[in-house]
Amino acid sequence: MDRLALDVAHLLAGGLVLVSFMLLYQDRMTGLVNNFALHALVVSLSVAWQAHIQHAPHLYITAAIALIVKAIVIPLALHRIIVQLGIHRTIEAVVGIGQTMLAGIGLVALSIMVMLPITAKAGTLTQQDLAFALSVLLLGLLMMISRRNAVSQVIGFMSIENGLILAATGAKGMPLVVEISVAFSILVALIVIGVFLFRIRERFDTVDIHALHQYRGEQP
Amino acid sequence: MAIGLQLLVQFCQMALVLALAPLFAGYVRKVKAHLLRRQGPPLAQPYRELLRLLRKDVVLADSASWVFRVAPYLIFATTWVAVSLVPTFATGLIFSYAADVIAIVALLGSARFMLALAGLDVGTSFGGIGSSREMLIASLAEPAMLMVVFTLSLLAGSTQLSSIAASMQASDVGLRFSIALALIGLVMVALAENARIPIDNPATHLELTMVHEAMILEYSGRHLALIEAAAFLKLLLYVSVIACVFFPWGIAVSGQGPAAYFAGIGVYLLKLAAGGFLLAVFETAIAKMRVFRVPDFLGAALMLGFLATLLLFVTLAG
Repeated sequence: MDRLALDVAHLLAGGLVLVSFMLLYQDRMTGLVNNFALHALVVSLSVAWQAHIQHAPHLYITAAIALIVKAIVIPLALHRIIVQLGIHRTIEAVVGIGQTMLAGIGLVALSIMVMLPITAKAGTLTQQDLAFALSVLLLGLLMMISRRNAVSQVIGFMSIENGLILAATGAKGMPLVVEISVAFSILVALIVIGVFLFRIRERFDTVDIHALHQYRGEQP
Repeated sequence: MAIGLQLLVQFCQMALVLALAPLFAGYVRKVKAHLLRRQGPPLAQPYRELLRLLRKDVVLADSASWVFRVAPYLIFATTWVAVSLVPTFATGLIFSYAADVIAIVALLGSARFMLALAGLDVGTSFGGIGSSREMLIASLAEPAMLMVVFTLSLLAGSTQLSSIAASMQASDVGLRFSIALALIGLVMVALAENARIPIDNPATHLELTMVHEAMILEYSGRHLALIEAAAFLKLLLYVSVIACVFFPWGIAVSGQGPAAYFAGIGVYLLKLAAGGFLLAVFETAIAKMRVFRVPDFLGAALMLGFLATLLLFVTLAG
């Protein structure tokens, strides 16, 4: 594998981490969904490039699934959902973008420090893929706990799945059956979550999940 | 002989930047005016402003102390020294052995410290607001700048600007994502530090939004001329640093003949023209942001700097 091929792979995988940060920064609903489409586009480009340099044609199918399902179908569905919920113009009150960003930087540093020693024998490509995949995963989790709007949490959840795809690509050999079933389970999850969102809205007149807190068991 | 040449290049550069800085500011204003379909002031207008201010008497407030009188000279001197450390058209400057890019950041930081003190000195409320906002911006912009510097130094293995430029010019750098992140981060810092449009508007005295102008509201005469000249120099410095580090082609290396130096000056002027044009287009296209959004903007720059450094470790390990 020559230097340029590795550099492009690094560029795309690093770009995915950057788009994860953009997801954390974005506070408008429409922008968030578009950003998520970009996230999926970058992950599919990254997978396609690795299919090219690893000579693994089945990865092209993974890239195509990521492109069609997550860069086109799910963003369109989310756009419909946020229009129907009437929250497409709202600006989410994100508390402390600065602190969230700093926490995100800490998570990226942590995942690089954890992954690089563990995968020291695995070859450069796998090494950097796993490090970046863990960062994307942790950033998705951070997004889920730092947002109050249920739709943003769904987007955080979906971005975690993109990180998993990147990890699987680097690890050379997630069987195609697994890949396809994961893609479909994500779609099913989207449908279930979509239904759930409307139920929440019907019940509480909002999708701010803080409205649910008074129904929790362990009240102080 | 070699030392004589380095000394000559150094003094040529110091004279060149001082002569070019007002012209560059005038050029940016002219391009912005043209983009708005206006005539705009002539290119030499900043020189005329400086000359007019130099001829006028200084009006001092009764409550002004010696800090207020000394600050303009110190600000101008530190900024001029900082810009003389940047290889603009040629490397091999004699000052560059004494100070690296971290020293440039420190010099700019002390100039800003002096300016904030001067803003507080007279005791007007505007000066206080301006100083406090300037410090808010600086406390985020400076770490972001340093992170970018660390990224470049890790790549080049040196903190000297001339060696960084040389190693970026060599072909073995390859395609690095960190460099792109560092470039974006540095551009954001440069916009914030020079009080350009998304952060502050350099062409207005609107009281609620001004940062830089609020601090220098009490200055007049030659003091104001020096502060304005220092602001022009600072803008030129940031454009030169970006040009020298990220677009190092055409810089004359010491040991080449005089033709290389003249070619270096020509290329430098072209880079400045391109940089000023891009700055004017960007400033025309974007709206100023609220002061309370500024920490988010600079936080993003800081994040880019951190990310550039972290990603570099992944590549260095591989």
